[in-house]
Amino acid sequence: MFEQVIPAFIVGGLICVAGQLLMDLTKPAFTPAHVLVTFVTGGAILGALGLYGPMVKFAGAGASVPLSGFGYLLSKGAMEAVDKRGLLGAFSGGVEAAAVGIAAAVLFGYLVSIAFTPKG
Amino acid sequence: MIYKRQGNQTVVFENPPVILSSYSVVGPKEGKGPLGKTFSKVLPDSLNGNKSWEVAESKMLEAAMQGALEQSRLKSDEIDYMLAGDLLNQIISSNFAARTMGLPFIGLYGACSTMALGMAVGSMLIDGGFARNVLVGVSSHHDTAERQYRSPTEQGNQRAMSAQWTVTGAGSLVLAQSGTGPRVTAATIGRVLDFGEKNVNNMGGAMAPAVADTILNHMNDLKRTPADYDLIVSGDLGQVGLMLAKEVLKRSGVETANQFNDCGVMIYDSGQDVHAGGSGCACSAVVFAGDIMQKLNSKQYKRVLLAGSGALHSPTSSLQGESVPGIGHAIVIEA
Repeated sequence: MFEQVIPAFIVGGLICVAGQLLMDLTKPAFTPAHVLVTFVTGGAILGALGLYGPMVKFAGAGASVPLSGFGYLLSKGAMEAVDKRGLLGAFSGGVEAAAVGIAAAVLFGYLVSIAFTPKG
Repeated sequence: MIYKRQGNQTVVFENPPVILSSYSVVGPKEGKGPLGKTFSKVLPDSLNGNKSWEVAESKMLEAAMQGALEQSRLKSDEIDYMLAGDLLNQIISSNFAARTMGLPFIGLYGACSTMALGMAVGSMLIDGGFARNVLVGVSSHHDTAERQYRSPTEQGNQRAMSAQWTVTGAGSLVLAQSGTGPRVTAATIGRVLDFGEKNVNNMGGAMAPAVADTILNHMNDLKRTPADYDLIVSGDLGQVGLMLAKEVLKRSGVETANQFNDCGVMIYDSGQDVHAGGSGCACSAVVFAGDIMQKLNSKQYKRVLLAGSGALHSPTSSLQGESVPGIGHAIVIEA
């Protein structure tokens, strides 16, 4: 188990360090929402360049769980769908690949909002 | 008619209105702070049995106003005006509290300076002969302010070190033409100053120039120095803003010794993880209604200058890249 946990911890931790540095070293106008968008697009670009895939292979959840993993999934899905179905796949493939995550977020968000009363 | 204005921005009251009573309600975090024992009522939690934080805030304001009214021993029909304000859109906390109170109501918005503004306007109404007794109150709530100005609390965004923590609480007091108690002797209404601070996480820095400007004008108008006051207390500049305001005063040749403090610095301990200190309408209101009123009543303070500070931006203006304009209103209270 440790041969999986340790790389996941190190890579996941380093991605979080990058996020914290983005928060601390940029102007206040750079908000958490900017960090979110930067990570998703960053993951998509690294995925398209073929750099994020090896990281997911090496670190597993350490690379796929952070937001950059979502961006990677979008670009990976889009590229695979283009190979299968042509250019239209670029539009459908990304969301198809991320469908499990998106549907889970909607479903569990819904269930939690029924069980609890969100106030914030 | 006597013209009561002195200098550029200050009015001196001919018959200084009396503060008959004061009442403060705070949330649990404020209750655990260094001034915890000075508040009239500490709530067990920030919802206090209500369905939303907004309702809880309005009820707190109601409780504070009822408390001040009861302690003044005046009847409701002896109050000529209710002056109130808060931080929420369309000042709903005050509007809803006024719905229950049933008094002629003037809504005010001065952001976190609203208590000082309300006391200044209330005193003008009384000394101008338009009212016998005026009920003044303000409220703020940490969680309603987060929703109004920032992000949902569940999102758990990291807070900047210069950010301040909105005080959950409400403060109220009764101003009267006659009676016994500390008196409001003068008021300096501030100008809106904007030095281009766009960081909404540094409101202390945005408000400091306006507060310093008001204090300088006050001293010039009345030919006084800080040494004439036992306490000069700003509304809620927090640690960052207080340091900046002291620096501006110093460079303008006005030295303030230890008597210059800030309600936002006083209300929390450094261990309470509030970063630069407290803020919100209730911050200066509950510190004044509690700690400062008690020290005025016991004559420990003879003359206090309360300089409320307000950041006059909105979430929309900030998202559109506008800077944060600041204001400071100062009132003199004498034992």
